[in-house]
Amino acid sequence: MIRLEKRPTPSRAWALSTPIIAVILTMIAGGAMFATLGQDPFETIRIIFWDPLFHERFASFSRPQLLVKAGPLILIAIGLSLGFRAGIWNIGAEGQYIVGAIAGAAFGLAFYPSESPLIFPGMVIAGLIGGTLWAMIPALLKVFANTNEILVSLLLVYVAEAMLASAATGWLRNPEGQGFPGSRNLARHAGTDNPELFAGTGMHWGVLAAFVAVIAAYVLFQRHVLGYQIKLAGQAPRAARFSGVNPGRLIILCLGVSGALAGAAGLFEVSGPAGQITIDFNSGYGFTAIIVAFLGRLNPIGILFAGLLMALTYIGGELAQLLLQVPAPAIQAFQGMLLFFLLALDVLSNYRVRIGRERAA
Amino acid sequence: MTAPLLDIRGLTKAYPGVIANDDVSFALRPGEVHALLGENGAGKSTLVKMIYGLVKPDSGAMVLNNAPYTPAEPRAARQSGVAMVFQHFSLFEALSVAENIALGMEHPPKPRDLSARIREVSHAYGLPLDPESLVGDLSAGERQRVEIIRCLLQDPQLLIMDEPTSVLTPQEVEILFHTLRKLSAEGTAILYISHKLEEIRALCDAATILRLGKVVGECTPADVSAAEMAEMMVGKSLAVPARDATEPGDTLLAVENLSLPAVSAFGTSLKEITLQLRAGEVLGIGGVAGNGQDELLAVLSGERRTPPGTVRFQGRDVGPEGPNARRAGGLLSAPEERLGHAAAPDMSLTENAVLTGQSRKGLAKGGFIGWSRARSFADDIIAQFDVRTPGNATAARALSGGNLQKFVIGREILQDPVVLVVNQPTWGVDASAAADIRQALLNLAQNGAGVIVISQDLDELLEISDRFCALNEGRLSEPRPARGLSMEEIGLMLGGAHGMAEAHLEELHPGASA
Repeated sequence: MIRLEKRPTPSRAWALSTPIIAVILTMIAGGAMFATLGQDPFETIRIIFWDPLFHERFASFSRPQLLVKAGPLILIAIGLSLGFRAGIWNIGAEGQYIVGAIAGAAFGLAFYPSESPLIFPGMVIAGLIGGTLWAMIPALLKVFANTNEILVSLLLVYVAEAMLASAATGWLRNPEGQGFPGSRNLARHAGTDNPELFAGTGMHWGVLAAFVAVIAAYVLFQRHVLGYQIKLAGQAPRAARFSGVNPGRLIILCLGVSGALAGAAGLFEVSGPAGQITIDFNSGYGFTAIIVAFLGRLNPIGILFAGLLMALTYIGGELAQLLLQVPAPAIQAFQGMLLFFLLALDVLSNYRVRIGRERAA
Repeated sequence: MTAPLLDIRGLTKAYPGVIANDDVSFALRPGEVHALLGENGAGKSTLVKMIYGLVKPDSGAMVLNNAPYTPAEPRAARQSGVAMVFQHFSLFEALSVAENIALGMEHPPKPRDLSARIREVSHAYGLPLDPESLVGDLSAGERQRVEIIRCLLQDPQLLIMDEPTSVLTPQEVEILFHTLRKLSAEGTAILYISHKLEEIRALCDAATILRLGKVVGECTPADVSAAEMAEMMVGKSLAVPARDATEPGDTLLAVENLSLPAVSAFGTSLKEITLQLRAGEVLGIGGVAGNGQDELLAVLSGERRTPPGTVRFQGRDVGPEGPNARRAGGLLSAPEERLGHAAAPDMSLTENAVLTGQSRKGLAKGGFIGWSRARSFADDIIAQFDVRTPGNATAARALSGGNLQKFVIGREILQDPVVLVVNQPTWGVDASAAADIRQALLNLAQNGAGVIVISQDLDELLEISDRFCALNEGRLSEPRPARGLSMEEIGLMLGGAHGMAEAHLEELHPGASA
């Protein structure tokens, strides 16, 4: 019989090594899955993890994609990690991402065709505000009406998607677009574009913002009282209240910050890599960022690496679809395995596995 | 000398890193009331769990009625005539007394027959109980009666009782002892676990004293003093907390006519609480748990805001202030629940030092935590209050209850409080640590602070309080000088025996009605 025994103090060694073991187990289980689909498992794994960075033909295209895809994931996940540490579950980052993108794009397009250098900063601020306001709906409802923020924030994603569709086909539609849905292209217009800062790296303002967020979150959690309060509220809510933490303020703050960062991520995306508001502009970053936040153990540095790893599996997955015709759901299952193994192994940092007969105690 | 009912020979049980029982032997005769004495961690619980079939001994043997006794599980123990009343009740609040009892039986009789049996047994042993009432409506003392009657319905030869009096008022203790003596007279042996020495002297025929898993002595409790037994238990003589008499100073804290509704369905509402605390005095608040202790602490600590003018600290209305603002002014507190309320279980001791020490110890300047200052504050607490821990980076949950309690109390005392409010400061703490904590509280009062001690342990309150009042169903009684107060008077202040008809009291002690 196998049983779990709670460790008196969480094991640091396990906490650090479980992400690596989870990746290795995902490779084994995923390889087995690809084998049953008739693919060479070793080749598939190589294409997913290695070729995007080092393949002689594809790497020049896919390497910059790494930062382009990792940037929004990291930025959103950092915001989510604040709430998740405090036990406040914002599942609706996807919606805040969409609303941030719409708000920022609307601001930029309102001044079209001006090319003033003030427009892009204004769009960033509009994106931050849009995401924050969208997140305030579940926050205020939770504080004042005690609703469940998981449900409210999740359902608001679908409202945001409806807003996106109406913007793309209606009030933000490109007047010179021959009736096709979709806004003017922000990335091709000086003043509203979020350009690649260094050619061939994929680095744009949003990636830079993600790195800044990582550092800021690291300082917050290590040194600042607020980081301490967030951790305390998540681990022992009663002790947090005893310590003087105001739970309502913490909910508004955590949801507000995660909404703001998700909104900013949406703005950077719409003004850069995506270029325009379209019906299906959102690509699931807001949901994937939840996985990234947990994969990185809600730790800023961990999230940085998790975001890069997740982006790699995306790009590698696309490459595998292209080269080997691996079906897209198989790639999603592969990414799901990663989260599954990580959370399953998570138990080991707090519990010790004992094999033997149970003794009643 | 009759043959022993239960003979325990050389029982040994080891857990990883600790020997819980080391070659423990003693014997129990039919009808004997036998005390098991020892501090927390001395091995009493492991020993009775082996007798009740919950834990298997590593070596040694037990003989019951001249036959080898090796219960594989509690059911086997019950079939052999061994029953146990646990310290923590396992009852369903939403079910009636009879339904709860039926749940614990292998072949429960028809509900009507069972109710009749319960009435019969409860009447025969002076434990009044209505089989149809909901357990959720019963007091702690009445719930214990349910557990006892559940055992008595099995006609046990041996009844094990684990700390049965910790939740009872003095009058309820009297009733319990009456029942136990009656059982003993009928030939039922009783194994009685407690650390209340005076009770053991009043009730028990023999005592076996355990220390660190070993039997360190046996005695006849009536023939030795409580102090002698305590010394055997602890292995050294205990200092009785003491201080020089001081004149109480100005009023520091005043609560006036404070009424607050309960927060949840299981909470207690506070009703017209009025109290005054002066500099240099210790005010003891007694009462059975669940009568508003947590609620009272929450309104004093600032976790719950109060209506204007009801709570004044040094003349200032602190009702709208939260915990941090009150701390900054010098009103400090330490809640009962150590893990999860007074301390965060998974956080290190350093992080837990920051939990309340931010403002008075200057641990957070400009919003940034000074971790080196926090570490040295944690080290100070560990050194001055003799907290046994590998270091300040250890998680709070890794500490024993007593050590964590010393840390929590030390954390507040070292912040130099003007007023300190503590709830159950020595609950689950071993005797020598408890004595240290009480002495620290007395020193604090001697240096001019005001101290409120909320506790269920009446001996503790009488030992350290200047004035005593009782909290009963959310009401606070008039304070009375603690010196010279008898247990009888205290019991009546606590509301007597909960749920007892006056007639029954009369029956047990003719002429004792108030």
